[in-house]
Amino acid sequence: MAEFRLPKNSRITKGKHFDAANGSGNTRTFAVYRYDPDSAENPRVDTYEIDMDSCGPMVLDALIKIKNEIDPTLTFRRSCREGICGSCAMNIDGGNTLACTRANDEVKGDVKIYPLPHMPVVKDLVTDLTNFYAQYASIKPWLQARTPPPPDSERLQSKEDQELINEPSACILCACCSTSCPSYWWNSDRYLGPAALLAAYRWLVDTRDDATGERLDELEDPFRLYRCHTIMNCTQTCPKGLNPALAIAETKKMLVERKY
Amino acid sequence: MSLRSPLGRVLGLGSAKDGTSHWWGQRVSGLALAVLGSWFAWSLATMSGFGYAEALTFIGRPLNALLLLLLSVTMAWHSYLGVQVVIEDYVHSHGLKIASLLISRYAHVVLAAAAIYAILKIGIGA
Repeated sequence: MAEFRLPKNSRITKGKHFDAANGSGNTRTFAVYRYDPDSAENPRVDTYEIDMDSCGPMVLDALIKIKNEIDPTLTFRRSCREGICGSCAMNIDGGNTLACTRANDEVKGDVKIYPLPHMPVVKDLVTDLTNFYAQYASIKPWLQARTPPPPDSERLQSKEDQELINEPSACILCACCSTSCPSYWWNSDRYLGPAALLAAYRWLVDTRDDATGERLDELEDPFRLYRCHTIMNCTQTCPKGLNPALAIAETKKMLVERKY
Repeated sequence: MSLRSPLGRVLGLGSAKDGTSHWWGQRVSGLALAVLGSWFAWSLATMSGFGYAEALTFIGRPLNALLLLLLSVTMAWHSYLGVQVVIEDYVHSHGLKIASLLISRYAHVVLAAAAIYAILKIGIGA
């Protein structure tokens, strides 16, 4: 049955406080979720007071400052720092987003930073995305064409054809959407989640792909697709401004269309 | 602890190739209920102050009886589809899930049958 409390070893306790403001008047407090699986301790929330005059504008800048100057044990993923790699997806101020594209100024009060919700935590802000990536692999995210390519050129698309996949192919697989979805929280073992379904849709509408029917066959399942109850947290939270909810609705429409 | 690959776990038993009828059924029954429910709400509003005999006369009129029959069946169908989703969402133990789905299915059929029987009894006066 549904569990209404976190397991005993997941309940969050009060953590340490680090005052690194150095007497500056311009300070912000960052409350960061900490968990170390190698210690037997419960997760805790550490608070860091930071001098904002010597900190970059984004939440990721603050995290890097904390790691460099205050607490080198803080663990998080980051790479491109410009919203294209999807590594620094985390829960900031109650919503899933990328730390590198969320400005500190956009957050009112203390900046609360947690890992992506309802995922196994590897350490601190790093979650285990194995299942998420396997779900992406399961939808066969590659071109499946039976039509041979033209012998002397690439497969052509019209401008309208390209516009169909323009937005869905802009997904960076950061997992913000899937981990914001309550249906994914309860059934991520069988529900593919908005990110994988958006990727599936990207291939459903690709005019060069000849496997639309097979792809729909694979999606038509009470759990894989139909656990989506149009909650739309995915679309609201997407840091790239994409619309997985619409892609899922269009997929459901395609499945009805081919029946009648 | 299983060493089955993550992809193998996700692929699981494969696609059930099912769910579209359920999803479409929810929409179709929902649309029907919007119409039938509006009629029923409007009827209830006009029935304030009705006694037992007047209520029986109301139900006994052919059009009212027909609409009530349709409402009962559609409501039971729509409710069954909805309860099924709730059970599938939240009940994760396989045995309990199957048992809950069976009980829900039987309960909805019993409720619908009881409603049909009651309306027919009043309508035809058996």
